[in-house]
Amino acid sequence: MPRNKDIHKVLVIGSGPIIIGQAAEFDYAGTQACRSLKEEGMEVVLLNSNPATIMTDKDIADKVYIEPLTVEVVEQLILKEKPDSVLPTLGGQAGLNLAMELEEKGFLKEHNVRLIGTTAETIKKAEDRQEFKDTMEKIGEPVAASKVVTTVEDGVAFTRTIGYPVVLRPAYTLGGSGGGIANNEYELREILENGLRLSRVGEVLVERCIAGWKEIEYEVMRDSAGNCITVCNMENIDPVGVHTGDSIVVAPSQTLGDKEYQMLRTSALNIITELGITGGCNVQYALHPESFEYCVIEVNPRVSRSSALASKATGYPIAKVAAKIALGYTLDEIPNAITGKTYASFEPMLDYCVVKIPRLPFDKFITAKRTLTTQMKATGEVMSICHNFEGALMKAIRSLEQHVDSLMSYDFTGLDEDELIDELAVVDDRRIWKIAEAIRRDISKEYIHRITKIDRWFIDKIAILVEMEQALRTQPLTEELLLEAKRMEFPDYVIADLCGRTEADIKALRQGYKITAAYKMVDTCAAEFAAATPYYYSVYGGPDTENEAVATHDKKKVLVLGSGPIRIGQGIEFDFCSVHCTWAFKKEGYETIIVNNNPETVSTDFDIADKLYFEPLTPEDVENIVNIEKPDGAVVQFGGQTAIKLTEALMKMGVKILGTSAEDVDAAEDRELFDEILEKCQIPRPKGHTVFTAEEAKKAANELGYPVLVRPSYVLGGQGMRIAVSDEDVEEYIGIINQIAQEHPILVDKYLMGKEIEVDAVCDGEDILIPGIMEHIERAGIHSGDSISVYPAQTISQNAKNTIAEYTRRLAQALHVIGMINIQFIVCGEEVYVIEVNPRSSRTVPYISKVTGIPIVPLATKVILGYKLKDMGYEPGLQPEAKHIAIKMPVFSFEKIRGADISLGPEMKSTGECLGIAENFNEALYKAFIGAGIKLPKYKNMIITVKDEDHEEVVPIARRFEALGYRIYATRGTAKVLKENGIKAIRTNKLEQPAPNLMDLILGHKIDVVIDTPPQGVEHQKDGFVIRRNAIETGVNVLTSLDTAEALVTSLENTDLHNLTLIDIATIASR
Amino acid sequence: MKAFLILEDGHVFKGTSIGSTREVISEIVFNTSMTGYLEVMTDPSYAGQAVCMTYPLIGNYGICYEDQESRKPWIDGFIVRELSRIPSNFRSVDTIQHFLEKHDIPGIAGIDTRALTKILREKGTMNGMITVNENYNLDEIIPRLKAYTTGKVVEKVTCREKDVLKGNGPKVALMDFGAKRNIARSLNERGCQVTIYPALTPAEEILADNPDGIMLSNGPGDPKECTTIIEEIRKLYESDVPIFAICLGHQLMALATGGDTHKMKYGHRGGNHPVKDLATGRVYISSQNHGYVVDSDILEQKGIAKPAFVNVNDGTNEGMAYIGKNIFTVQFHPEACPGPQDSSYLFDRFMEMMGGTDHAEK
Repeated sequence: MPRNKDIHKVLVIGSGPIIIGQAAEFDYAGTQACRSLKEEGMEVVLLNSNPATIMTDKDIADKVYIEPLTVEVVEQLILKEKPDSVLPTLGGQAGLNLAMELEEKGFLKEHNVRLIGTTAETIKKAEDRQEFKDTMEKIGEPVAASKVVTTVEDGVAFTRTIGYPVVLRPAYTLGGSGGGIANNEYELREILENGLRLSRVGEVLVERCIAGWKEIEYEVMRDSAGNCITVCNMENIDPVGVHTGDSIVVAPSQTLGDKEYQMLRTSALNIITELGITGGCNVQYALHPESFEYCVIEVNPRVSRSSALASKATGYPIAKVAAKIALGYTLDEIPNAITGKTYASFEPMLDYCVVKIPRLPFDKFITAKRTLTTQMKATGEVMSICHNFEGALMKAIRSLEQHVDSLMSYDFTGLDEDELIDELAVVDDRRIWKIAEAIRRDISKEYIHRITKIDRWFIDKIAILVEMEQALRTQPLTEELLLEAKRMEFPDYVIADLCGRTEADIKALRQGYKITAAYKMVDTCAAEFAAATPYYYSVYGGPDTENEAVATHDKKKVLVLGSGPIRIGQGIEFDFCSVHCTWAFKKEGYETIIVNNNPETVSTDFDIADKLYFEPLTPEDVENIVNIEKPDGAVVQFGGQTAIKLTEALMKMGVKILGTSAEDVDAAEDRELFDEILEKCQIPRPKGHTVFTAEEAKKAANELGYPVLVRPSYVLGGQGMRIAVSDEDVEEYIGIINQIAQEHPILVDKYLMGKEIEVDAVCDGEDILIPGIMEHIERAGIHSGDSISVYPAQTISQNAKNTIAEYTRRLAQALHVIGMINIQFIVCGEEVYVIEVNPRSSRTVPYISKVTGIPIVPLATKVILGYKLKDMGYEPGLQPEAKHIAIKMPVFSFEKIRGADISLGPEMKSTGECLGIAENFNEALYKAFIGAGIKLPKYKNMIITVKDEDHEEVVPIARRFEALGYRIYATRGTAKVLKENGIKAIRTNKLEQPAPNLMDLILGHKIDVVIDTPPQGVEHQKDGFVIRRNAIETGVNVLTSLDTAEALVTSLENTDLHNLTLIDIATIASR
Repeated sequence: MKAFLILEDGHVFKGTSIGSTREVISEIVFNTSMTGYLEVMTDPSYAGQAVCMTYPLIGNYGICYEDQESRKPWIDGFIVRELSRIPSNFRSVDTIQHFLEKHDIPGIAGIDTRALTKILREKGTMNGMITVNENYNLDEIIPRLKAYTTGKVVEKVTCREKDVLKGNGPKVALMDFGAKRNIARSLNERGCQVTIYPALTPAEEILADNPDGIMLSNGPGDPKECTTIIEEIRKLYESDVPIFAICLGHQLMALATGGDTHKMKYGHRGGNHPVKDLATGRVYISSQNHGYVVDSDILEQKGIAKPAFVNVNDGTNEGMAYIGKNIFTVQFHPEACPGPQDSSYLFDRFMEMMGGTDHAEK
């Protein structure tokens, strides 16, 4: 069936800010889909509130709206742009929910807009718990005994009939928000109450617990003619009970025979057919490990994280094909872009093994519970490919960038056997390391299997790796043993540690034996057909192994290093930068090579660079690629810390670093060198010292005067950074820092109160270009990534702006920056201090590029290639300010991470961001809050409990909330101050006081917002912590900074939800 | 122990011996299925061939005898990247290592199976030798490899005696050219009484049993070598009994009615081949195992049959519908095992041709 000729203009809805459960995979899917639609001549209108995405680029869509994802906005947008179709299945759950609301309201019908990709009826059948269950029963597909309940009592009564434990799944939530397993009535009541509140429709599914069964997924495609195929199946190493996003996953399934494989495949095809899905779909199964019994767990009638993984694991571009199907094409009409010979109507065959490991944020949330449940907690993931499972697992482990490189990286040797066995039963992110330790202690594999329910096959594979560790420790390192260790992807330095040699020894030995990595191609068809797309992974297969990656040298060649897994502090922004850098090099006639390991991203799509190496980003892995490709240079300034960290290793390999030199990057990070430069440039910075011990730190702090900022050098996203107010604080912080990174010195700085300002600039060695100055709403002390950022800066003087531009110029020149530089300043009155300089691309680059219309990354890339800013038509210096205000709002995923402290500070905690753009400040701010999901007012009740120092400052804010009609509850001290100032505050009891107290208010579900400023220092503010956690877990907004509170009240005072002005970002041109 | 795979073009792969240490010469083919190694080994169509599995991890779920597609494995040799150290599946009763040894099948592990596949793809299927003799002499071996032919393998794999699977529905005569068990099972599950006949059974004998339908099975080798069988099939064609044929059966029917077949460069072996039903336009993913293909043009020009299925990837013929006859034949395997079950509806179609499931009551 050819394309539907009635479709001309398509509205694509993106997924909004990156949160846990909805991450970069939707940028990948959306970008691929938009490109696929444009290929077909469609006019594409894009809506997504996330400015860090590639899909919101004007070269991806024709009209780009970075606006809040609300029903009102979509309605307005449809009225304005008049698309004939909406494609909602590429924007994750957020996009799907929006489309459903519009459909249910009859708005789409009324305005002659059709849903393409999948009908509303289909979405409802798949997403609505009861309809789904009925549909499955109709076609004889088993589901676990379950009931949809709308009240807690109902749930308790039903559970009595099926018995504990039960799984709870709220309807219409993503990443399993609010779900969990209840083992008794107490847990059931707790989880159910929360789940009912989080569900969009107030429904929770109570289900027979099938924890411990194998969890298997199928990715299925279907077209409008009814043709169906499966792209891939995947097996979770963690049995049912852990969200698939938090599980270690292997593709294809390893422990299923053909009978089981085909049984579930046929079931998946029956389901997609019955649901009538046109496009991609994910079906999750629980398979009984000792029989053919299975249950359908869930169907996602859209592209998902799993489909992104399946696309990268097989080479089959699911989102691209789904977009073509939405336009009416059938699978046999869509060519397979990888082979160029076959069509989309085939099933990929793998001749390798793929392992995905989630990237969990417990390094950021040290107080959080590490246990994994049906509620997803991972912020990102890594994938690896190898021709054996052991190697794929080892590669994935070292791709995590979590200080892990083998199964020895977490130390459980301190546990006695009973403790270790207890630990095995705890399902957390370190489980495979515990299993390895158990095997080292000779705990039987059968016993480990019985405790963990992990299939014996995987446990045996872990045992094989442990046996190799032991062999390397005890046996002579023969050629055979070394080859076998490399086949399992033991890094050279791990081998060296185990045999008591040096890494250089091992490398030399390997070279002597000619044990080198060979590269194989991902071609969708297990080599049955010749493939045209160079997408590679490495293997060590011995001297006869064919290397398929052939170096070409007809063009100049550049290596672009990606940014690895998405984690707090290093998000999708760096993928945006890597991709734009790659495109810019391509335009300049370069051959481009990307190395990355993140399956969710655009950069690892096979048609972004000329060659894609899906590999860990470690010196050894990169060197293997360098040895074959011999690039003319490498770019590290766009791939975040991941790429920067490889600089030194690349130089040792003889690879030229393009742009700012490594010495200058070092100079910016090295305190003493940097101080010299500042002095030379006559730029002030807060006073500070470099120390190595707690004693030195205390001495420095007392000399500077408290409060001080303590942090390790070489950090990412403020990891390990704290504000200390006393000697005790300093001591505790240094202890924590030393656990994380011991090699680098610790910085102690005077903490300055002032406006925090951020600037990204491009420098060509002579001139600089500053697209704009961003101002943070929260004062210094809150990590820049967690601050609300306003462009253009609103409250600082022109004089200060000039100083900032001048300091930026001096610094860029002194550091010999060629390319990007990011600088953070503190402005106190007219005084400007530099607090941090990063001679590389930053988190704010996509945002500032979009709102100023200046293509910063392409400019920086051209500068790296020797172009001058002046020659490219740019007047150097600070660019004129735009006429609109653009506000970047951080978005958090606190409700997903039980036990995490949500108070903001110098350590970054947000997972994503959204944009509010408007012609005036208040509207922009309002849009930004709405985009971040803070949609107020609802009940007009609030709680204020602030530390003593904030009493004075909170009064005007409280007064403004009161004027908006808010009823204010406050704890004793705060209430007293408010009353003294004529504000009607209702005093309420603290936690330890009798009910009704604060907690009852919060659990009463009638509170819009809590303003709670925690006192600084570590003295455990248990009360505040418990209040904040409970508020977050009951869906109440919590603000821990008065600046944020003031911004919120300002936005509420000045806005009207139905009268937002929508701005097409694509029309913003640089001046 | 070391083992070597020597190809007739002179390529030598060095690996580890698995299964029997016996030396074997065979035609080397590759299969891209990711599961179903036991079904592959026991599919009689692989008689005379050594199979290379492109999926690198083989043996993970062990051996479950009830999954055998015939009474024993027929492959000459087995070529894999890696055999699993332990099997893990609730039905597994044996390991693949032991299974190979028990049936005296030689094999080789630890070689670059992808490189081998690429050679076969580029140069076409060729003969090879698996040996554990380190002192092999290429000058002596290569002429032998080139001279090797598989010979009449159908006669080797077919059953010796008639066998009956009881059922209350239509009576089906299944011609066993090397039939996979799931063909008889698929018919039997639909109620058919299935009588399995040795390949060389004369047509008269079959027709004398008054079957409601005839099923021509899959099988190994070059269809043109089956001269006697072709003559008998011609007689079956002349009868008015509905006929459904799979794979070799499909090729033999084409030859019996004046058509032609030819050897493909490297065949179709795997579980992911898209075939289009030309009557409906629908595409199905099919299980395939064939090295020869029917030239559909000749039969079409003669007005004897028209193409019913075509391969979406390479446009080769995948099935014929015989004009004026109650006969249709397919190149792929609707009985699956291993592979997708998407085209099992063809057995239902055959049931309808025979008058449906309520036949017995008629």
